[in-house]
Amino acid sequence: MKWETIFRRLLIFMGVVLVLIVVGILITLIKESIPSVKSSGFGFLWSKVWDPVQNIYGAYPFLIGTLLTSFIALLLSIPFSYAVSIYLGEYNPKGWLSNLLKNSIELIAAVPSIIYGFWGLFVLVPIIRQIETKIGVAPYGIGVLTASLVLAVMIIPYAASLGITLIRMVPSALKEGAYALGATRFEVIRSVVMPYTRTGLFAGVLLSLGRALGETMAVTMLIGNTPTLAHNFKDLIFGPSNTMASVIANEFTEADHEQYLSALVELGLVLFFVTVIINLIGKRIITRFTNN
Amino acid sequence: MEHTVVSASKFNAWFGDNHVVKDVSIGIEKNQVIAVMGPSGCGKTTFLRCINRMHELIPGATAKGSLKLYDDEVYNMNPIYVRYKIGMVFQRPNPFPNLSIYDNVVAGYKLNGLKMAKADLDNIVEKSLTSAALWKEVKDSLHKKGTFLSGGQQQRLCIARAIAMEPEVILFDEPTSALDPISTSSVEQLFHELKENYTLIIVTHNMQQAARVSDKTAFFYLGELVEFDNTKQMFTAPSDIRTQNYITGRFS
Repeated sequence: MKWETIFRRLLIFMGVVLVLIVVGILITLIKESIPSVKSSGFGFLWSKVWDPVQNIYGAYPFLIGTLLTSFIALLLSIPFSYAVSIYLGEYNPKGWLSNLLKNSIELIAAVPSIIYGFWGLFVLVPIIRQIETKIGVAPYGIGVLTASLVLAVMIIPYAASLGITLIRMVPSALKEGAYALGATRFEVIRSVVMPYTRTGLFAGVLLSLGRALGETMAVTMLIGNTPTLAHNFKDLIFGPSNTMASVIANEFTEADHEQYLSALVELGLVLFFVTVIINLIGKRIITRFTNN
Repeated sequence: MEHTVVSASKFNAWFGDNHVVKDVSIGIEKNQVIAVMGPSGCGKTTFLRCINRMHELIPGATAKGSLKLYDDEVYNMNPIYVRYKIGMVFQRPNPFPNLSIYDNVVAGYKLNGLKMAKADLDNIVEKSLTSAALWKEVKDSLHKKGTFLSGGQQQRLCIARAIAMEPEVILFDEPTSALDPISTSSVEQLFHELKENYTLIIVTHNMQQAARVSDKTAFFYLGELVEFDNTKQMFTAPSDIRTQNYITGRFS
């Protein structure tokens, strides 16, 4: 065989291996979660009790915990990622300050999540505890809000780096058209740049969300890990909770029988689907946006 | 009585160290069509963009010298106000893709957050589109997106958008270079009608166009204003050898 052919086949093989790995993961998740699906059925998703000792598995508290931490994190991160995108995309695209900011944002994404967990425990938890004492809720320190704050920092780069690229792609002809009509810079951003990039920026938010939903280590260290769902709003925000990813991380080593293990794998399967779907939607919006 | 709308004296402009407009002095009279022509890179577009202070939007771009709108120094005025008074139409039609035809026409008012009665806006839209010879074609689809129009219609929409602000002067930066011949002639036709109410300054690559549409022509070469005269005079008996070489096609 000629070297050209071997090389080409090697490339194809490598690519196919990657696809097989993803499919393999999905198959394993489905296969391993069958016992749990059989015994719990669809009730798995909205049953509120998670009691491995009694062999009762309901994922509802973790589903809520996951969505709650992710959405709070998203709300906190959006102003930052949009602000950074607009500043670096429109106001200051070149120069040392721009480079410094851009590198810092990339660094945020590069820090291992366990470091964020440590930082949260040593810095954020004491601060949150003081705030909790002041406003009269149980001063756990750890909990949904603390986890969301750290998560918010961690996901900023995902929306921001996409946002910077998209805002730089706004045709200068459109911006000049608005300037020529007497628009100020703010008016150009509000009326030309934002409408033009709206869907793309939303896709960036979706990618951040996908990241937030699956984040495990930092959240596990900060969320407090309780299987029960708080009953009032204050405890829901400030009190400890749990997410799907952190339940799996915490309890996998303790899962001493098939049913328990299978329930954890099913949690993983749910998480897999949710993040994959959100990522696919995000990617689709981006492709549509960049093709226009 | 004719009087001068835009005048420059010893006006210079730079991109960084690159001196692109050199000591230009010119006086442009009201209700005339001025063609600005010259080879690529001669500074004609830069000079045009200085008149409504669009030049300074490019990082590193600077300008020096006197440039007046009537008796006011343009570079002492608020640039926002300058751009209200001096409209601009670009090389490629650039209607706002997220806005309807209607909203594109009144974009200048909406962008600046000026609140106006619906009836007034309706009035401005009809008047501007009529002046831009587009009203008949679009009056039944005012609320469709402007980007569905043909290239020539889009360019006339951009002209309507400039007219809507009721400027003193409208600047055109090679307004027909992206258009087909039929759209080009409809836009050129429009110049004759627009000069009733406005002063037009048109940068063009196309000498025939300059000859067809303008009352006076300015010839730029290597950043200098070589000659500024009545168009007829310029094309029949130019006084400068460089102008003559250019219009006889010895360089382009």
